[in-house]
Amino acid sequence: MTLRMLLISLLWLPAIASAGSKIIATGGVTTIEGNAGGGIVPWAVINGYASSDEWALTTFAGRVGVNDFSLNSGGVALSLDNKWELSYARQRFALESIGGSLSQDIFSVKYHLAGELLYTAMPQISVGVQHKRNADFALPQAVGAKSANGTDFYLAASKVLFNQVAGRNLLLNGTVRATKANQTGLLGFGSSSDNNYQLLFEGSAAVLLNYNLALGIEFKQKPDNLAFAAEQHWRDVFVAWFINKNVSLTGAYVDLGNIAGQRSQTGYYLALEATW
Amino acid sequence: MVKHSGLVIACLLMLLGCSNPAQTSLYQRLGAEQGINAIVDGLLYQIEHDERIVHHFADSDIGRFRAMLAEQLCDLTGGPCQYSGSTMQESHTGFNITLADYDALVEGLIKVMQRQQISLADQNALLALLAPMYKDISYR
Repeated sequence: MTLRMLLISLLWLPAIASAGSKIIATGGVTTIEGNAGGGIVPWAVINGYASSDEWALTTFAGRVGVNDFSLNSGGVALSLDNKWELSYARQRFALESIGGSLSQDIFSVKYHLAGELLYTAMPQISVGVQHKRNADFALPQAVGAKSANGTDFYLAASKVLFNQVAGRNLLLNGTVRATKANQTGLLGFGSSSDNNYQLLFEGSAAVLLNYNLALGIEFKQKPDNLAFAAEQHWRDVFVAWFINKNVSLTGAYVDLGNIAGQRSQTGYYLALEATW
Repeated sequence: MVKHSGLVIACLLMLLGCSNPAQTSLYQRLGAEQGINAIVDGLLYQIEHDERIVHHFADSDIGRFRAMLAEQLCDLTGGPCQYSGSTMQESHTGFNITLADYDALVEGLIKVMQRQQISLADQNALLALLAPMYKDISYR
């Protein structure tokens, strides 16, 4: 349904195809959690192309397909002044081989504290909050999760270094996240034995092959709160194609490790994003 | 992770090849005096046609601006010039150049460099020299 909405909104594009002043690709793409970043790591960049005194609207739809599961996510974001990013995302995680599905809503705010991605020696630094509300808590509860709702906090630093790899620009991002989420919240938050926040690291590195094409890798450290099955770190290799300032396409090979006892969940990620 | 990183780096090297380490200065690679003048004139054209920023140049002496910018680019890129103009802070005080203005100018410069078919490596080398001027130019 989100995809249909996105396609309908794309039809309107020629009529209102104004984008902000930021340089192409500097808004990143949208993560599965609805924040500007890579595919799984929120970056310090603000979604879309709104520079100072401008605003931007971004919408995305993405799908992860791994051996025993799929994750559909979609959402919208409003960006103001290259400072604030307000976003909402809905995720639906289907247990293809076990049967059933889990959903959650993610409400996020990101604030750009300091630095400018392209222009300052200091990296661009942002803080963010994600409030997640699990809509199908029965299963997470049955496997030991403590809460249906949770809030993550993160600090991200992003920097583009010019002329680094065979004359190409390099984007580096490091994010530290405080979280209680089990499988990013799809399996609820915390457990009876471990209900404390953990500080985890997430990182991305991408080479901008040209102004429109980025090739990169990501890593996301995860907690392991639930006794019923081990949770593992996530990683991916992605290509993002910024067709223009209004549309981008992202494809990735993802390795999500073991999920809910199902071994080595590898597969693809595909996402389409539209920005005004 | 390590295994994948190695794979990606190998792919990158194959994709990009090894760019020959430049023996010549960026000034030479951009086409020396003629090339720099073409960039400056191209940028002036972009500014003139960019309603976001053209108003900042309403009271400027365009002839002097053109000469000073060419001299500065020549100096920065390793050419045989010595920039004789005022500092970036001095020349932008009172203009209140915003982030959006700066983005617009950089976007204009990229268009010019692409139109002149400057190699991506040389485009990025020039951007690496100019981008950090943001702190001296903006919000003054």
